[in-house]
Amino acid sequence: MIPLLMYIVIFVAAFFIVTKVVQGAGLHDYTSLKTVTFGDESAVRPNRAAGIISILTIFLMWGIFTGSSLLPGFLHAPGPFEGTTTFTYTAQADGQSPDDATVTVVVHPREQATEAPQVDPGDGFAKNDSAAIAQWRTGLINVSRNDDITKKDGAQVIAINGQKIAPGETVKVDGGTVTLSDKGTPNFEPTKGWQMEPLYLPAPEAVWTRSLEIVSSGFRNFTLLEHLGYSLFRVVLGFLLGALVGIPLGYAMGLSDWFRGWFDPIVEFMRPVPPLALIPLVIIWAGIGEAGKIILLFLAALWIMAIAARSGVSGVKISKVHAAYSLGASKWQIMRHVIIPNSLPEIFTGARVAMGVCWGTVVAAELVAAEQGAGMMIMTASKFQNTDIVIMGIILIGVIGFGIDMLMRWAERILVPWKGKG
Amino acid sequence: MTGLSIKNLSMRFELPNGDHVQALQDVSLDLKAGELLSVLGPSGCGKTTLLNIVAGFLAPTAGELILNGHKVTGPDAERGMVFQQGALFEWMSVRENVGFGPSMKGTPKRDKDETVNHLLDVVGLQDFKEKAVYELSGGMQQRVALARCLANDPDVILMDEPLGALDALTREKMQSLVLKLWKETGKTIILITHSVEEALLLGERLIVMAPRPGRIHKEYRLPFADLGVDADLREVKKHPEFGPRREEILNMIWDMEEEIMGGKEDAA
Repeated sequence: MIPLLMYIVIFVAAFFIVTKVVQGAGLHDYTSLKTVTFGDESAVRPNRAAGIISILTIFLMWGIFTGSSLLPGFLHAPGPFEGTTTFTYTAQADGQSPDDATVTVVVHPREQATEAPQVDPGDGFAKNDSAAIAQWRTGLINVSRNDDITKKDGAQVIAINGQKIAPGETVKVDGGTVTLSDKGTPNFEPTKGWQMEPLYLPAPEAVWTRSLEIVSSGFRNFTLLEHLGYSLFRVVLGFLLGALVGIPLGYAMGLSDWFRGWFDPIVEFMRPVPPLALIPLVIIWAGIGEAGKIILLFLAALWIMAIAARSGVSGVKISKVHAAYSLGASKWQIMRHVIIPNSLPEIFTGARVAMGVCWGTVVAAELVAAEQGAGMMIMTASKFQNTDIVIMGIILIGVIGFGIDMLMRWAERILVPWKGKG
Repeated sequence: MTGLSIKNLSMRFELPNGDHVQALQDVSLDLKAGELLSVLGPSGCGKTTLLNIVAGFLAPTAGELILNGHKVTGPDAERGMVFQQGALFEWMSVRENVGFGPSMKGTPKRDKDETVNHLLDVVGLQDFKEKAVYELSGGMQQRVALARCLANDPDVILMDEPLGALDALTREKMQSLVLKLWKETGKTIILITHSVEEALLLGERLIVMAPRPGRIHKEYRLPFADLGVDADLREVKKHPEFGPRREEILNMIWDMEEEIMGGKEDAA
């Protein structure tokens, strides 16, 4: 809740600072002079400053709530308690007056093993205790274990720091809280603060260091490039095979009654089946090796490309075909010079969608079973609770997916400049 | 024997609900080589169907079509067509569009380039020959379409409202261009239009078609096309016969439209 509120505050504050103060004297181009902008989609242009601040905010929030060393300490959210704290408990036993004893607790970072300190037992039948507890963990402190009268003999804890306590109740103490368990043993929980435990969300620099480590030494017998390369190779090969079969199939469906009738039910049925739903069947048929993944991606790309090619053919204006016929073109020449070029924009759109779907499908297939690949990397890392590798993997998968889309758009601009100009 | 002869052409479309539409009924027309015919009529009178049959895109249900002594059965380069808009190939440059017909025939490159260059000069697009067609204005695109059609040297040129989408000024210039090309090349031209003025200015012969069933209602022979070849078309419009003819034909078409609307009301 607090991170969300902070995020909203940053959003609103940045909006006012940037638009009202900094950009007050902005440029006066045609769009900036429009008085109607609400509802005029063309007048809505992404604010560059907002984009930059948005990305910085994500890293800022990430740093604040992980205690990142990239941020000055005063920006950190309150961290977990670390150090030594004490509380007293009051024990009561039959025929004895209640006796106090002190518990010394050392709260230490998880990765740094610490022994419970030696303490002077003190006087009375209740003796002083000590314990070492890791941050974000809790510890039952069996305080009566070294007492003269133990729990077995009927002693019970009746107060913490002088406050009465019964099983199930909680008392706040310095550096944490003490809850009495059902069986009457104090359970110490150090203050967690507002930061995320590194196990759940490592700091940005931790992800970065781990990335460098994986780049230099690899992960599970393969280098990082090999993992990503395998995923990309599967996508490209599966997509190419799908396009190689799907595009001619789509053309045939767009040009012949018989093909249209024969393949329409198949294509229309297979199109809404998510490729992920085919993973189990493909594993049964082709195993978890390369062949299975390529088949899966082939199937993912096939229907998309067939439908794109089909609608590319149906989209040709009949006047263009008529014009070509009355200019003396043969059927084959019409195919080559009119239908194919006319369908290329649609095919490119289909290819962009297919590449996106294939990339998503390959990662999912690798999550299920693979020897190498981006999906396998994050799945294996998650089994060993290497959250930093998981986050690195997700970022890389996103960057590559974005890169693929950019590349397809670029190719589209170069190869089919007439798109949308017909 | 040269020329185009349309003999007792009928066209009947069966509708899925068992009804039928008689798009053309018993249309006969003889066109000598080099004649320019403009076709007028209210919507639904079958003029586009007629043009599509002449082009060979549709087979008539009765009657036949003879061009230069042989029967027309399908589209062919001897009958070129100029469409209203959007029939240019936007993946080709202006030069490639104009050279499309010769390329399909396998004309040697030098001959093809010569034809294309000549036609680009004629339509005044020499400076734009390497441009993509979508970079051109509507009027320029129609010039490309005209040149593309002429590059094939067809016997008959069919025009389906080629100037319909142009603004008034461009349209006037294009009308002059069509007349000039007609005179220079001596082609037989059939021009479908919605504009009575255009039909009068360009049509050496003019037919007005009537709907339900589609048929030839009235035919005229007009002097304006010949006058307009060398003169300003605005001067031609001042010809004493021009105004009365325009009124007459406008009234004729107006009456037909009224009849269609009235008929619809009765049906309702």
